[in-house]
Amino acid sequence: MCQIKTGGSCSLILQLIKRFIASYTINKSSSAGEMTQRKSSGKRSSTAVEEEEDDSRFTQPTTSQVQKGMEKLTKAQIDEKTTELVQYILMKDQKKIPIKRADIVKNVLKEYKNVFPEIMNRVQQRFEQVFGFKVVEIDTKNHVYILINKLEPAEGSEMTSGNPKTGLLFVILSLVYMKGGVVPEGLVWNTLKKMRVDPGERHPEFGDVKKLVTDEFVRQRYLEYTKVPHTEPVKYDFTWGQRAEVEVSKHKILEFLGELHSQDPQRWSQQYKDASSQRSSRAPQPSTSSQR
Amino acid sequence: MVLGEGHQRFIQTMMIRGIVNEQEAKTLHHHCCEVHKEHYVADKLEEFIQVVNSKLESLNMQIRTRASEDDGMTCYALVNTANNELTRMSSDYADNELELFRRTLDLIMSSDDSTASSTDILNMADSLQTRKLTKSAAECLLKRLVSDDWLVEKQGDYSLSTRCVMDMEPYIRTMYDDEQVKVCYVCHCLAFKCQICANPLCTVKIHNPCAEKYFKKKPVQRCPGCSELWPNEVREGRQSVSQRQR
Repeated sequence: MCQIKTGGSCSLILQLIKRFIASYTINKSSSAGEMTQRKSSGKRSSTAVEEEEDDSRFTQPTTSQVQKGMEKLTKAQIDEKTTELVQYILMKDQKKIPIKRADIVKNVLKEYKNVFPEIMNRVQQRFEQVFGFKVVEIDTKNHVYILINKLEPAEGSEMTSGNPKTGLLFVILSLVYMKGGVVPEGLVWNTLKKMRVDPGERHPEFGDVKKLVTDEFVRQRYLEYTKVPHTEPVKYDFTWGQRAEVEVSKHKILEFLGELHSQDPQRWSQQYKDASSQRSSRAPQPSTSSQR
Repeated sequence: MVLGEGHQRFIQTMMIRGIVNEQEAKTLHHHCCEVHKEHYVADKLEEFIQVVNSKLESLNMQIRTRASEDDGMTCYALVNTANNELTRMSSDYADNELELFRRTLDLIMSSDDSTASSTDILNMADSLQTRKLTKSAAECLLKRLVSDDWLVEKQGDYSLSTRCVMDMEPYIRTMYDDEQVKVCYVCHCLAFKCQICANPLCTVKIHNPCAEKYFKKKPVQRCPGCSELWPNEVREGRQSVSQRQR
């Protein structure tokens, strides 16, 4: 059972988190490219607010349609669109906003939409070869993509400073993970309060904590914040978001917690088994945390 | 030629950092090669960057260098080479904020010393075509532009950061007339903070550090364009080293 210590050791915990995060920045973590596919249960009543471009108007072209389309284009045109899309994705990823296929078609490809699969292929190649990033589709139903890092986080790199928001996120992800994948929001707020991060108050480092956790982290797909039905007043649960599933190695979470409690991660045997299966699995698997 | 992971890490770091000085670039080069156990040769940073640039070129990106106008130290930045209108900024700022920035840029480009006073900038906030900004919103915006490393502020005057110049060079060269785009006679790069010839008919401009190098050991300092005596204090370059912010 994961217990966050109270009282004077709160600041100690924050120190530990900062030190840990300095050697592991979440948005540049390596997950060895594995993806645990979530069952699209249609339960996404999360509070993420985005301009919704209707993807249903776009039908995936057939292979022969793509081929025909490509024949009509010059190499220069194809290269230009590839470059444009690479820039577009980089720009969106900078803010950790997942990229929707519908937006790609509307804003970048436009009249070239019939060759979307081919351009996407080229774009993926460029990302892997030039930047060491992988384009991963985190939502195959709605066709949403993110960039993840193929490079391992490097120890002792002073060039990229750890972001304290990452530490906070890590605490929440760890909590959710150790509690079996779902956590009522009350527990998250209490845990944070014990660490002197009060969602009701403006925090000097994080500002509006509630907004950061329920809006920013959710929009970035690190967390999901879902309504529990039939609750009055309305209550919400936290679960891992699609980006966390792909980017965050569960081994790292256990390592982090092990350090926190000076325990061998092997002692949390169930979570450890789950983490090991994430590492070794190649085929997409439904994540147990999506079943409620 | 394929990029190794060391090259990729270098690119990733440059994307995060925006701009680094020469020493940082060298350290990063070493670090990237070490982490990925790739062949490292000290002092071969230029070749390393050339390899990286060969792959970035078709994506309209390059790692470029520029000497700081204050102290002549070389900086490295990852920049866009296509003339897209402020694309890198457009995802971070609202359209009226971008408009105020563009108009600040206009002021800077048309001023002799390439600065815009905060008073002048704030006065423009009311008359924006997209949407007005309050004075306090405009002040906040200026603070953000400084902390995001687009502008530099000194005693109430704003000028372009080195990284801004590097990133927006294609935009500036396209959007502004030749008369407004100042170029250093010695290094041929864009010149903002620079010395100008005393002769009103002569257009020669020289960066402070470039002037120091150019006029070194010359007993009489004369303009290379019109041979008039060069009136400017060439030692300025030295002084600003100690005032260097970076």
